[in-house]
Amino acid sequence: MNANHKGFLRFTPVGEGALLVTFDGALTAEANQQVFALDAQLQQAPLPGVTEWIPAYCSLMVLYDLCLVQLTAVEKWVKDCLAAVPPKFEPPPQRVEIRVRYGGAEGPDLPFVAVYHHLTPAEVIARHAAPVYRVGMMGFMPGFAYLLGLDPGLATPRLATPRTHIPAGSVGIAGEQTGVYPLASPGGWRLIGQTDAVLFDPESEPYFALSPGDEVRFIPLED
Amino acid sequence: MTLLIQQPALLMTVQDGGRRGYQRYGMPASGPMDWWAFRAANLLLGNAPEAACVEVGFSSAEIQLQGRALLAVCGTGFRLTINHIEMPLWMAFLGRPGDTIRFEKRTGGNWAYLAVAGGIQSPVWMGSRSAYPAAGLGKPLAAGEHLNIPVSSAGGVMFAGRAIPQAQQPAYAADPVIGVIPGPHLYRFAQGSWETFLAGAYKVSTQSNRMGYRLTGPSLAHHSSADLVSQAIVLGAVQVPGDGQPIVMMADHPTTGGYTIIATVARTDLPLLAQVEPGRGTLRFKAVDLHASQQAWVGVVKMLDQIEFDQEDLWTGF
Repeated sequence: MNANHKGFLRFTPVGEGALLVTFDGALTAEANQQVFALDAQLQQAPLPGVTEWIPAYCSLMVLYDLCLVQLTAVEKWVKDCLAAVPPKFEPPPQRVEIRVRYGGAEGPDLPFVAVYHHLTPAEVIARHAAPVYRVGMMGFMPGFAYLLGLDPGLATPRLATPRTHIPAGSVGIAGEQTGVYPLASPGGWRLIGQTDAVLFDPESEPYFALSPGDEVRFIPLED
Repeated sequence: MTLLIQQPALLMTVQDGGRRGYQRYGMPASGPMDWWAFRAANLLLGNAPEAACVEVGFSSAEIQLQGRALLAVCGTGFRLTINHIEMPLWMAFLGRPGDTIRFEKRTGGNWAYLAVAGGIQSPVWMGSRSAYPAAGLGKPLAAGEHLNIPVSSAGGVMFAGRAIPQAQQPAYAADPVIGVIPGPHLYRFAQGSWETFLAGAYKVSTQSNRMGYRLTGPSLAHHSSADLVSQAIVLGAVQVPGDGQPIVMMADHPTTGGYTIIATVARTDLPLLAQVEPGRGTLRFKAVDLHASQQAWVGVVKMLDQIEFDQEDLWTGF
């Protein structure tokens, strides 16, 4: 195996019950698009014995029950599904709007982010709410979406000392990432706002407001 | 009928086979730390192999049985007593109303599973009874708490006294040798790191929990960086962050991560690793071939499912 398979498709067994499909070693929009095209195709033709699969930025991990299906069959299934993806196929995304109260006590770092980038708070809000983000992958905690598409002009380093408590629904920026905390937790993100949207509720379906591949827009709420 | 928690262990939760289908949303699968002991406890009672059990971890615990029930405790690192009378692990027995089931922590392990016939009837979240307190799915069990068990729990009286033969229990050891399957990111490590990993002795740090076991020992160097574009992680993955000290992903492991993974622990050896005591035992690694470890795992599952139990001549008290 070689370190750099840029733009290369790679199949790697991981332990006894998983197959990792890697589209690229780097986070590119094309690779992310290929992940979700494959994800959609796998959903159309599920294979018995495959328990679930986990799409990520530029890879997808298939988990299977070794007592029910063999690695060779899983690999063939994935390859067949890849071959069945139409060249111009784009999975129809679910579009989710998240209403955000920017600034104030619930977005205590908005002034910092503005000063850091020589912008007014209103400009930060406008720039944060402008893009259509894509859920590139989920992880870190249940319901947490890694959003692709943050304006590079808003990229802000994390807090040097993380906060011990960040409330659920906090909207933050960390480096070139932006996202919403589904659960209260400690964290070092720069908090710019707050949403009442429930991103994770284990008591009722759908348990998660967002899914990998979704398109997300932030809608600023007026005071 | 219930189980009354009289004294909770340091880490004590209800676990079933785990929560499937939600890892794509960042939801860990959870499930038992020692799948072999967990499965064996259920099979002893004629339960479904992944029925919910009480997982007792890291310290002593006491549970009172409020009702009549067929029970089994499997695992290691505990002395089991019923009303102060010692009882073997890996054996089915009948419990009576008021019985005090005590798990006394001893050396040689971390986890034990209490199974009841029919399985613990704790709440189901998202298709599983496995507690995942970090996201509000259940809490660690607390003193005074009741867990429902089926009224038919004492049904399989004829199962009392049957036991898992020693040869079909995991070969627990204070200092085990753990099989690992190389990869997926072995190519990201500096020359000699793999040999260092296999030659070294590692201790399990006291900063270990259901999420992961931190190991301390010979440092493993990367070619350039320990970071990669985040991707999904599997149970047993041996992650190596920039400080070169491995972390083994356990039952509550995060679904995705951005650190390089040097190897994946073989499923048959995961129970041995789970039972190595933090700050005490030492473990070593040996390379195993993927195909061989796949066959070994299927072999153990089939062996347990088709087990011919030992039958102890047991006074049942009924």
